[in-house]
Amino acid sequence: MKKEEMNFQKSDEFSRTMIPGSFARKMRTCVIWQFIRFVAINIKMLVVVSKSH
Amino acid sequence: MARLIVLGGGVAGHTTATFAAKWLGSQHEVVVVTPNSKWNWIPSNIWVGVGQMTKEEVTFDLAPVYAKAGITYKQAKAVSLNPEGNESSDKPFVTIEFTEPSKAGEVENLEYDYIVNATGPKLNFDATPGLGDGAGQMGEHTVSVCTADHAVHASHELQKSIEKMKAGERQKFLIGTGHGMCTCQGAAFEYIFNIEHELNKAGVRDMADIKWISNESFLGDFGMGGLHMKVGGYVVSSKLFAESLFAERNVEWLIGAHTSKVENGKVEYELLDGSKGEESFDFAMLIPPFAGVGIKAFAKDGEDITSTVFAPNGFMKVDANYAAGAYENWKASDWPRTYQNPTYSNMFAAGIAFAPPHIISKPMSSPNGTPINPTPPRTGMPSGIIGKAVAHSVCDLITKGKNAHLHEASMAEMGAACVASAGKGVFSGTAAAMTVYPVVPDFEKYPGTGRDTDYTFGEIGLAGHWIKHILHFMFIHKAKLNPGWTLIPE
Ligand SMILES: Cc1cc2nc3c(=O)[nH]c(=O)nc-3n(C[C@H](O)[C@H](O)[C@H](O)COP(=O)(O)OP(=O)(O)OC[C@H]3O[C@@H](n4cnc5c(N)ncnc54)[C@H](O)[C@@H]3O)c2cc1C
Repeated sequence: MKKEEMNFQKSDEFSRTMIPGSFARKMRTCVIWQFIRFVAINIKMLVVVSKSH
Repeated sequence: MARLIVLGGGVAGHTTATFAAKWLGSQHEVVVVTPNSKWNWIPSNIWVGVGQMTKEEVTFDLAPVYAKAGITYKQAKAVSLNPEGNESSDKPFVTIEFTEPSKAGEVENLEYDYIVNATGPKLNFDATPGLGDGAGQMGEHTVSVCTADHAVHASHELQKSIEKMKAGERQKFLIGTGHGMCTCQGAAFEYIFNIEHELNKAGVRDMADIKWISNESFLGDFGMGGLHMKVGGYVVSSKLFAESLFAERNVEWLIGAHTSKVENGKVEYELLDGSKGEESFDFAMLIPPFAGVGIKAFAKDGEDITSTVFAPNGFMKVDANYAAGAYENWKASDWPRTYQNPTYSNMFAAGIAFAPPHIISKPMSSPNGTPINPTPPRTGMPSGIIGKAVAHSVCDLITKGKNAHLHEASMAEMGAACVASAGKGVFSGTAAAMTVYPVVPDFEKYPGTGRDTDYTFGEIGLAGHWIKHILHFMFIHKAKLNPGWTLIPE
């Protein structure tokens, strides 16, 4: 069994949701990708902030 | 010369006072009355609570900052308001009681032209037997991260649990809400994942059972009725987003729960279906319900008019629609815009201190009649934005006259950026970065989800952690009024 799929069997509630696979997890701490996301999220947040003032 | 008094030196009050002092200059006086000697960047208490930051890193002394800003600082708590003055004077005043050690217990009546109530929440631990000590403070069975001191205590207790696990003793962690009417689920959400992260780092995760207990009717409600966000081309409910994170991190959940009693190592709860149960714990962090801080109000003749000025929960009445009635009738326009008290026009409330018109989540109760639903969150960004709008209004009233246009900041037209840390570490940390626009859903403007899904999104990653870390330094820089502070948005 793939390591990331282990938790599905731990409870009925867990088995009915989605769990990220190894690629999605890696991307969460991949510095290059996260730098791109950092810029993108900041832009989105700035738009929300400017719409709110 | 006009005098503005700001009650409370937290996120909202500090924003109001510092902007008002800047805009009014030395021709008018700004006074801050707050019982604390230090300002606390509360969101970072989470990291103090897991030993990743010290109390000193999340707090600083208020006195030098207020001296620099030309603000009169009274380390005291407001006890009562006399908005019409008293029998000997027509001038409104607030009665304060000093908490500053050298003057502790001394009382003073401070006259004002305008007053802003930004006293935040009373942490109402005693609403749940055993969660409080019966004297208004936190009880002995659980920990909290609501204040920096609470967080330091939580961190020590966490270390003790980690030591026990290292010695081979299994530990059960129970994190969430301590009552059926709590808000601030986001803080508990952050804390549970920071604990999980720290237990992994300490190499004892396999010795720990971690469980979430909350009054939300579904995971991911967050007191906002949940939210829908764009993820991977889909528009998904925050329920799926939250459940996925819990399942991935092997954290069980118990939702729709009113914690009715706390004892040593055990909580009793009632669920939305009316059933009752118990949950054991070795370590529990349960957020208390919030109430107003209990300021009284008196008319000129001494009559108690607290219920005119404040809602039954102790929060101050403002320009909200408190007669909205049943859930089906709720509208975005029920939410206040100017935060002016309807009875006394020189009185405003900002941040958590204002009385919301109703909750945001769908009201729920058990068949026994116990209400079990989150109360509305008023997080840092709305608190700051409201504080600034109120400062603007008061400054205009003082400088342009009583007919000046009031500035508006409705939570139904305002977004919030929330970054929920899920573990600290420059390259190993992650956080759920979320924005929600608007905070209060507007189903007339955005039929379907009630929100603009172009600006309501969430994702988990290192980027969120970096943002959370940067926000920590930015907001402390801003609150200290260091160079460029006005350029940093609320
Ligand atoms: C653990 C935790 C984590 C959080 N994380 C986040 C986050 O990541 N992002 C976010 O946006 N929000 C977060 N929040 C919420 C955020 O802290 C609040 O929204 C914000 O502090 C509210 O600002 P406020 O000024 O209304 O209240 P507060 O900041 O609580 O300030 C109230 C002030 O009034 C003072 N006061 C109390 N009684 C009196 C009295 N009688 N007279 C005068 N003054 C009085 C208090 O001492 C305090 O200084 C978190 C909250 C907690 C508890």
